[in-house]
Amino acid sequence: MKNTFIGASIERREDLRFLRGRGIYVDDLTVPGLLYAVILRSSVAHGRLKSVDTSAALKIPGVHAVITAKDMNFTDYPAGVPIVPMRLQPLPEFKPFEQPVIAYDKVRYVGEPIAVVLASSVAVGEDALEHIAVEIEDLPPVATWRAAQKNESILFEPTGTNRSLMFEARKGDADTAFRDAPYTRRENLRTGRHYGLTMEPRGVMAEWDAAKNKLTVSGAAKVPFFNRRILAKQIGLAESDIEMIENDVGGGYGARGEFYPEDFLIPFAAKHINRPVKWIEDRRENLMAMNHARETEADLEIACNRDGTIIGVRGDVHTDMGAYMRTNGAVGARNAPQFMTGPYRVPHHKVDSHLWMTNKTPVGTYRGPGRFEGCFYMERLLDMVAADLGIDRVEMRRRNLISKAEHPYKLATAQPTNAHDQTDSGDYHATLDLCLKEFGWSEKSKLGGKLVGGKYHGVGVACFIEGGAAGPKESARLEINRDSTITVFMGTSSVGQGVETIYAQIAADALEVPIERIRHVYHGSTNTVSDGYGAYHSRSVVMGGSAVLVATEKFMATLRQAAGKRLGCAESSVTLDVDKVVAGGFSLPLGEFAGLTAESAFLNHKHTYSYGSHATHITVDAKLGHIEILDYLVVQDVGRAINPLTLRGQVIGSLVQGLGGAVLEDLKYDEQAQFLTGTLADYLLPLASDFPNLRCIVTDDHPSPINPLGAKGAGEGGIVAAGGCMANAVANALQSFGVQPRALPLSPTYIWELVQAGQQKAAE
Amino acid sequence: MPVKFEVNGKPVSVDVEPRLTLADCLRHHLRLTGTHVGCEHGVCGACTVLVDGDAVRSCLMLAVQAEGAKVVTVEGLSNDDDLTPLQKSFRKHHALQCGFCTPGFITTAHALLTEEPDCDADRVREVLSGNICRCTGYIAIVEAVLDARSAYKKTTP
Repeated sequence: MKNTFIGASIERREDLRFLRGRGIYVDDLTVPGLLYAVILRSSVAHGRLKSVDTSAALKIPGVHAVITAKDMNFTDYPAGVPIVPMRLQPLPEFKPFEQPVIAYDKVRYVGEPIAVVLASSVAVGEDALEHIAVEIEDLPPVATWRAAQKNESILFEPTGTNRSLMFEARKGDADTAFRDAPYTRRENLRTGRHYGLTMEPRGVMAEWDAAKNKLTVSGAAKVPFFNRRILAKQIGLAESDIEMIENDVGGGYGARGEFYPEDFLIPFAAKHINRPVKWIEDRRENLMAMNHARETEADLEIACNRDGTIIGVRGDVHTDMGAYMRTNGAVGARNAPQFMTGPYRVPHHKVDSHLWMTNKTPVGTYRGPGRFEGCFYMERLLDMVAADLGIDRVEMRRRNLISKAEHPYKLATAQPTNAHDQTDSGDYHATLDLCLKEFGWSEKSKLGGKLVGGKYHGVGVACFIEGGAAGPKESARLEINRDSTITVFMGTSSVGQGVETIYAQIAADALEVPIERIRHVYHGSTNTVSDGYGAYHSRSVVMGGSAVLVATEKFMATLRQAAGKRLGCAESSVTLDVDKVVAGGFSLPLGEFAGLTAESAFLNHKHTYSYGSHATHITVDAKLGHIEILDYLVVQDVGRAINPLTLRGQVIGSLVQGLGGAVLEDLKYDEQAQFLTGTLADYLLPLASDFPNLRCIVTDDHPSPINPLGAKGAGEGGIVAAGGCMANAVANALQSFGVQPRALPLSPTYIWELVQAGQQKAAE
Repeated sequence: MPVKFEVNGKPVSVDVEPRLTLADCLRHHLRLTGTHVGCEHGVCGACTVLVDGDAVRSCLMLAVQAEGAKVVTVEGLSNDDDLTPLQKSFRKHHALQCGFCTPGFITTAHALLTEEPDCDADRVREVLSGNICRCTGYIAIVEAVLDARSAYKKTTP
């Protein structure tokens, strides 16, 4: 039987438990003797930690222990306190800026852990927090990258600088090219501070079995195998002494599942007190403790020929890194300068990226890291250049999009990590054309700048590429069950994307069995396969899916061997028929081979690049600064769509996150680096009533040549171009005021200010 | 402090601290973990349950305030055999991804469709704007709720 599950909109198997309230998330777990951890966090942005007096808290009934840095004496670390190492770009330059798991000499951001209370209930633990006396000697806070740049108050004194690193994105010879360029324009562009807010706050439950020397950690997500390596080294156990268990995970977006201080503190607490311990973050903690992202300021210059063809880009990007270099904290700051050119042909490229340490929550990746920011810079520049040179905006893009024949097209290289990258395949022009046609650009663009019914109409367009499929490898294993079904074990993780369904589709197609025969798909725990990588960089379908393919090949070979021997037939004559193994007129139930298992890994060091275009039609109320989206279309080519239903969910879902960043979301601090947006009434997320008119079209016309599925990572394309597209539409709508948005979010206040400034300028 | 109420049609009796929220009582005392806690300050709606038919944020209500009430959680709107028409519609439209906010959307939508089976898209959006979903972008959720209306319409004789 020849299956076609790949490419079909199969309803998700995960939904059956989620819709009935039967998902098991980490806070749904409980075990006998469980204690609850509550964390005391710094209320001071920058200071010397003089003393932590826990004696009064310890007297409260129900408080079992209060852990501070004094309880840690790990000789591998100079201060006895473990440090969280970087997972990506672990350069020696970053070492001095890595985060201790608990503050011991200084506090560097509001929200930094100082003490952990272990109590009989969360409520008792929270009561105890108020009885811990902390003495902090204030130091001058560094609240912005500009303040960091002055190096007057230094977060890590021995380093003598607040700049942890400078990345250099390079291609061609930008300085020479700019010297000879007929046209240049320089702009200052900023993006707000966002984060990958997950609806489920983070959580960890740790159980220590002293007799077996075994630590079990529930609540793992994203990269459990890597995190196990970190924890094993920190806590002084062998990797095999630790089991990381992934439960249902309430969203990831790059932020959840990285190794955070709590991922050491809770297992340590369980081992320390020899009882199971659970910690569940509350929303205020989540806002100030989970990785922030995106806050950049760029000073960029673009050079073009008079016909609009781009000669080069150069300049500087400054990223507000927050207080520590976290596991993946450098990714955004590297990507923004390296990938800002997106789908466009840019021969000369010289952008420096400065990583400034400030007294804010540390940054990490958030869906489309650096690419959302870079796309905003580029798309804004293109519209301004097009206006300067009298070229139609769409034509400006057509002239600069990388053509089909130019793949693989080399992107800028980032130093000092020597990060090379190139596109894989696709017809960027065709996708732009399809987007404009389906959007109705020729008609809608006529409304640009017009005042209709008290609101200004504007249209915007932006193009993107989305990197995916990070290597180096991913593993999958198949095993036969007694009941003649098959279980698939994966090294990747679920953060809600629906990988159980996707992998079942791929496995069922490869084995040519009904999809129900793939009874279970397990993932994300360290007991599934021998080595796994996880869910990041839109890699689950490409890397995990390809791993399923190679594992099914090995599985069939192993099964043929075993069945051939058993049935006395040639291996090549053995076939799998739903739940039976058939050869030479004999047939055995598959369950006869229960326990037969095959694991294999897919190796890859190249990236996939899905791509596409966004177009939007908005109205702006110039008096109130309010934006309404009348229509928004994303067209994305993904190489090969495994499940169009869930794929569209990824595109629209990421688009709405992007629109949140474009118009609503901003994590704010005051000049003392005090955190101002500690509730969901302050950090505004998109609601069901905000953006009703969104559409997407996904195509799979150009398979990726770098993996057997032909698939490309596609979870981030919706977010990448949202900021640029919306800002371009606002400029188009408010052209009569000469408005050019140069910052995100496009909040009502910001738009109102731009309109006021435009009116003032006109009056002068 | 003792409190008695009804959950999903069954009488329950629990002894709780006065400060315990209904959400925590359902989750940790009654082990009905389908009700999720996403913000604990009444913004996200993940903890929405039905109290005497009304959609209520169980993080903003104390367990002791439920004395004598009829509480229905997502578990009470589900059965073992099959998904309900509302749940089927969510699945068909891919109106959920990570599933964490989903119980709140199911309870909220159920309360809306029970009262207003003829509601239009704007009304659905207005009511659902009290629940936050970070995965789906809401388009599919609204479609799913609209598509489920027929199951709530009373058949006229």
